[in-house]
Amino acid sequence: MSQEWLLVQGVNRVFPAPSGDIVALRNIDLRVSEGQLVTIIGPSGCGKSTLLKIIAGLDTSYEGQVLLNGTPITGPSIEKGVIFQEPRLFPWLTVEKNIAANLPLRRPDVRQRVDELIELVRLKGFEKAYPRELSGGMAQRVAIARALLRNPAVLLLDEPFGALDAFTRAHMQEVLLDIWQQNGTTMLLVTHDLDEAVFLGERVVVMNPRPGQISSIQTIDLPFPRKRTSSSFQEMRRIVLSEFEKVEGPVVDAGAGI
Amino acid sequence: MQQVETRSAISAKPKKQIGRSIRLSLRTVNVLLSLLLPVTVLIVWQGAGMLGLLNPTLLPTPAVILQEFIDLTRSGELLAHLRISSWRALLGFLLGGGLGLAAGLWVGFSYKAERLVDPSLQMLRTLPHLAVAPLFILWFGFDETSKVLLIAKGAFFPMYVNTFLGIRSVDNKLFDVAEALQFSRWQLMTKLMLPGALPNLFLGLRLSIGVAWLGLVVAEMMGSSSGIGYLINDARYFSITSVVFVGILVFAAFGKLTDSLVKLLERRMLRWQDSYKGGDL
Repeated sequence: MSQEWLLVQGVNRVFPAPSGDIVALRNIDLRVSEGQLVTIIGPSGCGKSTLLKIIAGLDTSYEGQVLLNGTPITGPSIEKGVIFQEPRLFPWLTVEKNIAANLPLRRPDVRQRVDELIELVRLKGFEKAYPRELSGGMAQRVAIARALLRNPAVLLLDEPFGALDAFTRAHMQEVLLDIWQQNGTTMLLVTHDLDEAVFLGERVVVMNPRPGQISSIQTIDLPFPRKRTSSSFQEMRRIVLSEFEKVEGPVVDAGAGI
Repeated sequence: MQQVETRSAISAKPKKQIGRSIRLSLRTVNVLLSLLLPVTVLIVWQGAGMLGLLNPTLLPTPAVILQEFIDLTRSGELLAHLRISSWRALLGFLLGGGLGLAAGLWVGFSYKAERLVDPSLQMLRTLPHLAVAPLFILWFGFDETSKVLLIAKGAFFPMYVNTFLGIRSVDNKLFDVAEALQFSRWQLMTKLMLPGALPNLFLGLRLSIGVAWLGLVVAEMMGSSSGIGYLINDARYFSITSVVFVGILVFAAFGKLTDSLVKLLERRMLRWQDSYKGGDL
């Protein structure tokens, strides 16, 4: 539909501190079109999570403009599905009830959609399980299904697989790609894992810290599913990594100077 | 190092044996284990009494107490006292516990209510039953009202404190989720705060019922012509120690019974809880 489904324009975010204001984000410009999967990568303290919070509507003390489908973002809503590093499920609800949350499972359309989503996130057979019976990866898939049930205009994922082991993480990345391809949801994923950023992103946004800003945006022109071992993947990875090293360079120097 | 090794070797062996031979009767083993201590005490007690080591007026033997229990049950006296006592305890608990729940919810939901009400309630909480009882009797007379109110006063506070605490201990991160999913205010209460507070609500319920029984004894001993507390007090007056024991045992049995019922309910409703269930130390 719109070329600028999500538009971030001239966003600055300053955290006031007694020892001088900390500029978390400086002059951020980002355009995401509908159905795109964009990954944001950068070292800790580069403001990538702050940017995601602003888009989610969880942080409103910023300067600049953030538009989702033409309307400014004023607070959290089901338009913006948010996935945190921890799944944040309701421990007293079963998988299916967690996905439905405040929507009644008795309603046939909700029931049907929940069943579809359970299929989509590969949790068939675990509908009646409680969160304590799930592994980390399974719980995170429940959280994704919960967000997708609300048909969000954009799904924001803040290091969603950071707490998982390498094998589960690789599997979850494939599951997420599958969901994205089947559902066509616009996704913005923050990560500190270079492989993850290149494996998932149609575009990779590289950010650098102090002050947090975008240093480059790389288009990853590889067809899905990508092969991590292929030479073209390795080439893309190298290109992004070189961007990353440009970013890291001065930081390391500054650190060594102290 | 050596110590650690032997220790683990010892603990590993019996575990395996139990697992192989009598896994099904683990429940039975547990019951037998819990009976071990009381049964030993009873045997020693009975033996000492039969050997004439105990003064029968101060400490009658278990056999005598059992006989007294059978007599009191046959005459219907015990049941009549028990009925009136249970009724008082129930009424007082429902009144006090209900108000405690309501106040706990209100103060838990609103920090303004907390500032307004909580300090005063905390002050009232420390008032002992025996200090308030004479006042209640002055105000409401010797009839049922003062007794039920005294029980209610006791039952109120555990329910109030734990409900309040339960609501305030709901995981803050889940509130972010509820906000992002656009829970209504009503949904926030019924789908997040209440279920989140449930473990504490049950704790409050159990403590509240326990305190209701305690308050009952005080109320019935202060002045009454019926109930288990009266039975005990009356028997003490005439030095019929066996009846005192029967009264105490009935209190203990009923207290334990009600507590077990709540625990059963708790286990069913808190199935989702992922907490430490105790190790084999």
